[in-house]
Amino acid sequence: MKSLEELKVIRDRMQSQIGPRCGVGETAPEHVEGDGPEKFIMVCGGTGCHSGHSQEVMDRFEKLIKVAGKEKEYKVIQTGCQGLCAKGPIVVIHPGAVFYEEVNPDKAEVIFREHVEGGNVASKYLLREENADGTNDEDFKFYNRQTRIALRNCGIIDPENIDEYIGRGGYEALGRSLTQMSPDDVIQVVLDSGLRGRGGAGFPTGKKWKFACGNRGQVQKYVCCNADEGDPGAFMDRSILEGDPHSVLEAMAIAGYAIGADQGYIYVRAEYPIAVDRLRIAIRQAREYGLLGKNLFGTDFNFDIDLRLGAGAFVCGEETALMTSIEGNRGEPHTRPPFPAVKGLFQSPTVLNNVETYANIPEIIVKGVDWFRSMGTEGSTGTKVFALGGKVNNTGLVEVPMGTTLREVIEEIGGGVPKGKKFKAAQTGGPSGGCIPEKYYDIPIDYETLKSIGCMMGSGGMIVMDEDNCMVDIAKFFLEFTVSESCGKCTPCRIGTRRMLEILTRITEGKGEMEDLNKLEELAKYIQANSLCGLGQTAPNPVLSTLRFFRDEYVAHIQDKKCPAGVCKALCTYEIDPEKCKGCTLCARNCPADAITGSVKEPHHIDPEKCIKCGACMDNCRFGAVVFK
Amino acid sequence: MKVSNVPFKGTAEQETELRRRIAEHKGEKGSLMPIMQAAQEIYGYLPYQVQKIISDETGIPMEKIYGVATFYAQFSMSPKGQYEVSVCLGTACYVKGAGEVLEEVKKELGIDDGECTSDGKFSLDTCRCVGACGLAPVMIVGGDVYGKITPDQVADILKKYA
Repeated sequence: MKSLEELKVIRDRMQSQIGPRCGVGETAPEHVEGDGPEKFIMVCGGTGCHSGHSQEVMDRFEKLIKVAGKEKEYKVIQTGCQGLCAKGPIVVIHPGAVFYEEVNPDKAEVIFREHVEGGNVASKYLLREENADGTNDEDFKFYNRQTRIALRNCGIIDPENIDEYIGRGGYEALGRSLTQMSPDDVIQVVLDSGLRGRGGAGFPTGKKWKFACGNRGQVQKYVCCNADEGDPGAFMDRSILEGDPHSVLEAMAIAGYAIGADQGYIYVRAEYPIAVDRLRIAIRQAREYGLLGKNLFGTDFNFDIDLRLGAGAFVCGEETALMTSIEGNRGEPHTRPPFPAVKGLFQSPTVLNNVETYANIPEIIVKGVDWFRSMGTEGSTGTKVFALGGKVNNTGLVEVPMGTTLREVIEEIGGGVPKGKKFKAAQTGGPSGGCIPEKYYDIPIDYETLKSIGCMMGSGGMIVMDEDNCMVDIAKFFLEFTVSESCGKCTPCRIGTRRMLEILTRITEGKGEMEDLNKLEELAKYIQANSLCGLGQTAPNPVLSTLRFFRDEYVAHIQDKKCPAGVCKALCTYEIDPEKCKGCTLCARNCPADAITGSVKEPHHIDPEKCIKCGACMDNCRFGAVVFK
Repeated sequence: MKVSNVPFKGTAEQETELRRRIAEHKGEKGSLMPIMQAAQEIYGYLPYQVQKIISDETGIPMEKIYGVATFYAQFSMSPKGQYEVSVCLGTACYVKGAGEVLEEVKKELGIDDGECTSDGKFSLDTCRCVGACGLAPVMIVGGDVYGKITPDQVADILKKYA
């Protein structure tokens, strides 16, 4: 790629194909004549839908189109994540953006006959949401309430085709940066945009770049991308890499230009095979187009990117540990300073940003600082992607302006808690974050507000919990995670978290004492203050936040020996509801401990002393008479 | 880390392939992890003998290779079953009952997390979020993903592979 003009030729050529598929909130561009197909069947190939066999759906559509001889009219495209994973595999047909849900090869046949051949919407399989007829994006609260910047191309382009990315305006930002801006200009734009790190801590990205920009051209520097998305329940970065890998490559090259680096590394989880594949393809295509390599856009700027795969260590999401791991060592963190901007990868100045942070950069360069600052709040500009999961109807990926309330995200976009259950808490920030209780349902989601209630933005995992989830058990779950993922280098984290877990385990087994709660708090403060890296410093957060907002549940476990949510097995008992029991004796015959007594056609009874809580009675009861509480 | 007693059965072809892959990374900075990942791909695990080849070829001391192998959860020093069973214990799966699914798999296979059945058919691992949270709870058998599963479906799923 020698110039912006050359880039424009490709973009113009793609217009007839890209135009008919416009994204959420975008207005469709004017129709442009082209020689390729102008109708599209978009099959979601994100991990969620792929696991739901979307490949078979895609194959079926391709076969049907071939048999019907419609290759010139229709094209089947495998996209990245469409967002609404709960209803996957998702298929979208353009023009018109008609969404179909839970598509399998058989449904694909029907959709093909009615929609593609018949010209009517196959209404039986439309994506259903309350009060939605499914004909347009605007009808869905799930999509309608979102503002997509980082996800702007996800679901719209074929991530394995660089022309499609260019067709959507891709690599324009890199071209403009290299040919029309100085490196300092680029840094100033990023600074002025107010963009903060989307990996969780929220450090201003421009500042990071500025720290690393000294001595350009005189010393070896590196640009790294943190794609080691380790928080359980978080899949924002994976979706961006799967749906729009070039946006990350482009942004890394821009960062390289800004600080004076010629080599980039993407450290990506090996657990994301589709993302890894698509990144490999994207890097190869970018090299072929001269968008990575030597003399980009006819300038003397060189930049290339290599992939490094993680190997299943959560701590490697911490920046110093990540770089130690790229160097080929045990991924142990080290103290800062020196900060990576001074001494990072291979002892050289390094800029390290998260996937989602990078995905924002090209749009900021092209559309400008004012546009970006018009979204979000004063201190938290732009948008944030959340992976909405747990007890919520529309599990999936959502991008909203900073400052949107938790209630809007969960009730309106997420469609609320299923089965009419009551919302109890939302967990953000994974093992480093906390639980937000219902009383804060209306707080705006931004970095400062979440911090003020002892939570954190985190990388974007948002797990919804209902009345059936035990908060002590959840705290224990996260502690188990940190205990097993602690690298062991520093004592407060290695031993402190284990002691906390032991106390929590005791409480969930009904052996806790009130004094344990003080011990937990004391230990937590010590671990926060003295751990070496972010993993340890934030590990006590789930415990502290549940202690703060759900103390009564801890007290119930300790004093009443009861688990109010009915989760902690040791504190619950199986009982038979005499109203429902028909006296069929099936439970008694299946009880391995002979704990059930009762005569035929009379209500039975479980002896709690003998019961081993295996649950065989409940499994076998045909009348739903056995309850566990 | 569980170290296996199963005798090493590496072939000459595997060794040639490993040496070729190591040569590809010659002179590259920080190449140990990609090499070990290639080795695990070739052999399925990283027994002492394989680590020794890597050490001999690269000049990296054995203690460092062992250190890296034991640090990362994906490196295994015991062989895997013909079908690797993996139960996701990510948060989304956990709150939807993945714990009970795991217990059922353990009961059904008669092995614990990180073990392999005596016939070499199944090995069991837990993983932290495969990112298919929309399908929670999720279990993976031999690369096939099963979503929205309940404990009573476990036996039937495993039967397909027996």
